[in-house]
Amino acid sequence: MGFDQYHEPPDELPPATRTFARLCASLTEEAEAIGWYEQRLAVETDPEARAVMSDAQGEEFKHFSMDLEFLLRRSPAWREIAQGVLFQPGDIVEHGEEAEAEALEGEAPGGEPGSLGIGSLKGAFR
Amino acid sequence: MNHLLRSLAPISDAAWKELDEEATERLTPALAARKLVDFSGPHGWDHSSSNLGRTAPLASAPCDGVTGLQRRVQPLIELRADFELSRAELRDLDRGAVDPDLEALDTAAHQIAVAENTTVFHGWHGAITGIEEASPHERMHLGEVTNAYPMPVAGAVERLLQSGISGPYALALGGEQYQRVVETAENGGYPLLEHLRKILEGPIVWAPGVKGALVLSTRGGDFLFESGQDLALGYDGHDSEVVRLYLQESLSFRIATPEAAVVLDP
Repeated sequence: MGFDQYHEPPDELPPATRTFARLCASLTEEAEAIGWYEQRLAVETDPEARAVMSDAQGEEFKHFSMDLEFLLRRSPAWREIAQGVLFQPGDIVEHGEEAEAEALEGEAPGGEPGSLGIGSLKGAFR
Repeated sequence: MNHLLRSLAPISDAAWKELDEEATERLTPALAARKLVDFSGPHGWDHSSSNLGRTAPLASAPCDGVTGLQRRVQPLIELRADFELSRAELRDLDRGAVDPDLEALDTAAHQIAVAENTTVFHGWHGAITGIEEASPHERMHLGEVTNAYPMPVAGAVERLLQSGISGPYALALGGEQYQRVVETAENGGYPLLEHLRKILEGPIVWAPGVKGALVLSTRGGDFLFESGQDLALGYDGHDSEVVRLYLQESLSFRIATPEAAVVLDP
């Protein structure tokens, strides 16, 4: 059994950091599994097999999301950036840059402190 | 502190948060232009002009053997909607009141959203050319019969296709026209909204401030909204009874492909 998730000597790491690293490793594994099922589904023609694998991939979506939520709860800066990027309509890269600036450099989204940060609404239709 | 002077206002952090959330909630449904055109920025309050990539000749040069050109730019415009809030209501907000009277903020939010939509779709004389002004297509008419809207909308789509403008296409509907569409079912009960969506293969947007409607391509690269300072709440002053605030933004709007929109008069 390996301990590849640790980049530094485990004995020197505090328990919270070891837990964080375990969940990071788990997140990676779930993402890999999602990708594997995506490939298998792309080539499988048996409907019953496809249904089983599709269901299994759904489980991986759930596991990935739970891992991510755990990690975001333990990392406020990551959470703040994620809030500016996830489920937002518009330009992903632009949202990422703005969220990073706000979280790490104290700059509000919208370019100016005090901005409402509305930006582009393209794709947000009603 | 920046030019919005928010920290000078007699408003708690919690109340500012509530006001920002209320403004965003009121603005977002009404900001139709941002749902349909490309958006750049925000580039900041000190961003004053958009590059047009064009030049103007200069009559003379400082010395022989040299020629000169002057770069042309489009200045940004500022939109501002002032309003007042009762300080008593803001104090109640801090006490946990869930129904503060923020009607003046709501009204200002709607007004500035209408101004933004009007500027983009119809233009601002002398400052910004709107989509309606630039469109070279013959104007079409929605007519009085709401059930008949699919005909001019399909006609507008066909006109865009004839001009080599690809989709998806969107329909920006003025307030009255939007309400009529939503309320209407065609013969057999099929919602008119769904029929129009199938024609457009794109969104139908409530666009307060628009007179009639416009059909435009949302493929990108045709219309550019450039934001200097994005919409923000600022502080102007106060007395013992009220706080004077404002909603403000700066923007420019440029059109790369005037053929990418067709106007539908009411």
